[in-house]
Amino acid sequence: MSELINAFAIAGKAALGFQAIFFALLAIGINVHFGYTGLLNFGQIAFAMLGGFGIAISVSQWGLPFWVGVLVGVAAAVVLALLLGLPTLRLRADYLAIVTIATAEGLRLVFRSVSATPVTGGTRGLSAFNRDFIDLAPWDTGRRYDILGTSWSGGELWVAAVGWLLVILFSLLVWQLMRSPWGRVLKAIREDEDAVRALGKNVYAYKLQALVLGGVFGAFGGMVYAVNTGSANPDQYQNPNTFLAYAALILGGAARVLGPVIGSMLLLFILQFADTGLRALISNGVIPDELLTSTDVAQIRFVLVGLGLILLLVFRPQGIFGDRREVMLDAR
Amino acid sequence: MPADIGSHGAHAARPDELSGQAAPQRLAQAALRDLPWEVGVAKPDPAIVVDGVTRTFGGLTAVSVDHLEIQRGGITGLIGPNGAGKTTLFNLLTGFDQPNTGTWSFDGRPLGKLSPHQVARLGVVRTFQLTKALSRLTVLQNMLLGAQGQRGESFARALLPGTWRAQEKANTERAMELLRRFKLDAKKDDFAGILSGGQRKLLEMARALMSEPKVVMLDEPMAGVNPALTQSLLGHVKDLREEGMTVIFVEHDMDVVRDISDWVVVMAAGQVIAEGPPESISQNKAVVDAYLGAHHDAPLTVEDEDRMLAEDEAALAEERRGRHSADTTDGKRTTR
Repeated sequence: MSELINAFAIAGKAALGFQAIFFALLAIGINVHFGYTGLLNFGQIAFAMLGGFGIAISVSQWGLPFWVGVLVGVAAAVVLALLLGLPTLRLRADYLAIVTIATAEGLRLVFRSVSATPVTGGTRGLSAFNRDFIDLAPWDTGRRYDILGTSWSGGELWVAAVGWLLVILFSLLVWQLMRSPWGRVLKAIREDEDAVRALGKNVYAYKLQALVLGGVFGAFGGMVYAVNTGSANPDQYQNPNTFLAYAALILGGAARVLGPVIGSMLLLFILQFADTGLRALISNGVIPDELLTSTDVAQIRFVLVGLGLILLLVFRPQGIFGDRREVMLDAR
Repeated sequence: MPADIGSHGAHAARPDELSGQAAPQRLAQAALRDLPWEVGVAKPDPAIVVDGVTRTFGGLTAVSVDHLEIQRGGITGLIGPNGAGKTTLFNLLTGFDQPNTGTWSFDGRPLGKLSPHQVARLGVVRTFQLTKALSRLTVLQNMLLGAQGQRGESFARALLPGTWRAQEKANTERAMELLRRFKLDAKKDDFAGILSGGQRKLLEMARALMSEPKVVMLDEPMAGVNPALTQSLLGHVKDLREEGMTVIFVEHDMDVVRDISDWVVVMAAGQVIAEGPPESISQNKAVVDAYLGAHHDAPLTVEDEDRMLAEDEAALAEERRGRHSADTTDGKRTTR
């Protein structure tokens, strides 16, 4: 029993920790792209990498202040969005999908290549760039704090606090934008571009704006990740993260303001709960060794999440917050 | 006299100035009464002028229009067999497709090289043959999207509701008015995706009107709509004319075309083969040939030379005939 409570507490920490914030910010961006505008961005992680490395390179390589690093990260994300969007957004949706996934993987390989090592640190990455930020914490970051049976370092707590503040801020921003006429145009583009063109809206410009906005959200996700871990390594920013963020978005409900946020928390909770729970059951001997060993747990938990998603799509295709009527329209 | 009235433009005309006329709203018809029934004839007050527009897809010439003028404030019907290039011409005029050659203008302003949204902002708004209701938007949101010059559609101002709330309210009122006219007001909060096919046609037309267009281009507005709804759609199209809009519409139902058009343009194989008032069209030999085949009323016994010629032409006509095949089986000469 105490193990179950323990697993709950650890999973709860994961649901509130920096990884949940990371996925929430990625998913908020994807929600703007995919949920509201219908853009298939499969390279959201590239924006996160530019955000993280924007700070890391600016601070530890160029010696610039932390906040300048943040600006560099945002600017890099904007430039990437424009580079990806300008040639592809006039074409059908599939082109953006192909270009983004290729760019994300390509950019990671460039960042970890030997020739880029003087700037990005190559496979070893960069570190020691988050001091200025951690020092801003209003509490002592040197000691650990116990909250509801879990232990947080002061720095972790500070990053989580600022990270959730960002999540709330961006959610409010999305909420306000999507109830405005601007958001209405985005949703209409998702439904049918040509109809929107025929009504005098510059579809291309709106799609670019949406791509830039969602990309900047993704960049902030990468910053939270890099600042919390205190290091930026190209291999942290692998493509599967984009798809986990998509999973979080669909879990929570696409085209809903809170969908990506609750989806990410839930995703991290389930992953961590399965992990801790299964390990406890194995060490107790409840699950015999022949069936499952603790080394399998890391993989099995993703299988469980996958199963959960399948069940969700069968019984609640709209996600947690979605509107079933809306999803069923496509089935007609 | 008709030419004089036309040159004022129907937009400017007030009903009280025209008290002497029996049907004041049919200004364009009066203006067009004395025109010769020939292809490319100059109209007294053209809204749209097309010159030498061609569009080819590989070896196929989809559209090749030498000269065409559309009278302002009138309803112009565009008819022709399937594959005649009517929809392609629509796409070209509204910027959805670019022609290989040619120029076209609206109110004297050249429209070449403009993208669809720029054409729409000038006041030329179209609907689509396959209705484009925005399914996961409500009916009211569909309507509001049509409004032009919305302040809240810019990213920065979207964040400041104060800058657009009043405009949004006014637009909503106008949208509700239009929805009432089209009898969709009860459905304002439903997703457009659950509307019936006919209601979607109505919604699409109403949405186009939200943009306060000068020219409305309707691509088969009555296709797949039941007869009762067709009557109400017809009424709406006539209303557009009375409000001074120029209407161009593609339609296959000749009764509908005869009923509401002031002028009919017939296309076949990409070219304009005839134009004139609706009553002139059914007597026009080129039109009958395009729809029914060139020799549909020739006697059965002919010389060999003639028959070979007829066979070739019947084969050609077969390609063009499309859905009118059922009507023609009686009259067609048996060639194979």
